[in-house]
Amino acid sequence: MINKEEVKHIADLARLGLTEKELESMQKNFSSILDYVETLKEVDVSSIEKSFSERGARNIIREDIAVKTPKEERDRLIGMFPETKDNYLKTKKIL
Amino acid sequence: MDLLNLNIKKIHQGLVNKEFSDLELTNAYFDKIEKEDKDIHSFLSIYKEQAIAKSKKVDDKISKGENISLLEGVPVSIKDIILVKGMKCTAASKILENYIAPYNATCINKLEKEGVIILGKTNLDEFAMGSSTENSAFGPTKNPIDLTRVPGGSSGGSAASVTASLSAFSLGTDTGGSIRQPASLCGIVGLKPTYGRVSRYGVMAYGSSLDQVGTLTKTVEDTRIVFNAIKGVDPLDSTSIDRKDLDQAYNIKDLVIGIPREYFIEGVDPKVALLVKQAIKKYEDMGASVEEVSLPHTKYAIPAYYIISASEASTNLARFDGVKYGFSKGDNLKDLYFQSKGAGFGKEVRRRIMLGTYALSSGYYDAYYLKAQKVRMLIEKDFKEAFKKVDVIVSPTCPTPAFKIGEKTQDPVQMYLSDIFTVSVNLANLCGISVPCGTVEVDSVNLPVGLQLIGKPFEESKIMYMAEIMEK
Repeated sequence: MINKEEVKHIADLARLGLTEKELESMQKNFSSILDYVETLKEVDVSSIEKSFSERGARNIIREDIAVKTPKEERDRLIGMFPETKDNYLKTKKIL
Repeated sequence: MDLLNLNIKKIHQGLVNKEFSDLELTNAYFDKIEKEDKDIHSFLSIYKEQAIAKSKKVDDKISKGENISLLEGVPVSIKDIILVKGMKCTAASKILENYIAPYNATCINKLEKEGVIILGKTNLDEFAMGSSTENSAFGPTKNPIDLTRVPGGSSGGSAASVTASLSAFSLGTDTGGSIRQPASLCGIVGLKPTYGRVSRYGVMAYGSSLDQVGTLTKTVEDTRIVFNAIKGVDPLDSTSIDRKDLDQAYNIKDLVIGIPREYFIEGVDPKVALLVKQAIKKYEDMGASVEEVSLPHTKYAIPAYYIISASEASTNLARFDGVKYGFSKGDNLKDLYFQSKGAGFGKEVRRRIMLGTYALSSGYYDAYYLKAQKVRMLIEKDFKEAFKKVDVIVSPTCPTPAFKIGEKTQDPVQMYLSDIFTVSVNLANLCGISVPCGTVEVDSVNLPVGLQLIGKPFEESKIMYMAEIMEK
């Protein structure tokens, strides 16, 4: 069973604010999920050399050209920001 | 005439022959939504004014004698994770409760070009994470066939809206079964196209290497019409693929059906297994050959799926940090992250973010994420091997018919097992369709059961051909 400190550490990495009670129920649920996915340990994957797909995926690239967004669309996007100043996104102080 | 039980072609004929107007049709849907959706809760939002205005325009065109497209004037619903410009798009999450889409998803642009009437946005498990639509922050959707049961998920609102005739068809998304499983539980047709067939631009990402847009319809003919309208390469989605359809007539006598040895296992409702066996017999009687195939890594599909999808989700959902999108809580930057995410995301979404973060974290990456990716390749290989011998693979879509609301909410792993037959199709980059194959009686209600037909990449037309036979 994963301990509470580990659960807390993962929540911190994910920037997920959990209350004491939520941490406890997460510990319980999370442990049973981890026990379940542990079954992957028994699979022999030695035949697989590289990971990801065999589908022969290749990169699709395009010219990096700026396309003007219509004003209406831009205004809608900016309108959704929690805080703005002069049409810029305003965030909390970092330092 | 019962306007609400017409398929797409019948709607089109009715409009063109002026048997009814598009306004009458659209209003009939809204009347039914107003009457019945209080109980079913398939819609999260309704856009009546816009819809009525559009349907009047369709009627104008018809009265002027102009041609209309096959989909023009058809009233549809859209899963609330696909952006429709000017409409709310919440992903059934508190964190996006007031988010209004600033632009259209490519699949919506395509449908709007055809002239469909969008009635509203349908309920889902938050961010498409779930198999019952019980994870919606705005309350569960109920199965119209039995209101004490779930409609499946995550596209449960879409499936319920089609089954209850609250929309003519719906678009959903499928990451591990989220179109096929609710289609099965609600008794309709659900297609998950091959990855890349339909653009994901404007669709909120859950597991980017698995997500695909698809259709929930009343008939396979409708599936074909809608799929043809939404598919195609899109410069705005670099994973979309340009591919011509196999344009050939099929004959059931030439086709070989594969039955996976590992799919008729413990945990499958015996009545469901029986219906699927009868379906296979039907194909056999019509001249198809049947072969047993083996997919030895089936057992590991669900754990591999959960690690991969949760890992991708934990990075995709990192953008909802309280900075850019509506919901925002906290006084300094660190609090803002923790409080916005903590209060904005529901239980299951938090669980999956945690699992994904854990699997990608230092020291665990090789054991979990990399291992799961390798197992994914083994699963892909199993299918490749099987498809050397057979044209399609047949299975139940879901091990059971619709379960009771609340039955599996306490045990996430039990809920995950509901997707045991569908997740492999996403992991192995295949296409799959669920088509009704009968009903089983539970507590004196006849609950539908879906048959899943799995095809090779880009062979949607073949599985649709097979599904159409089952329909008859």
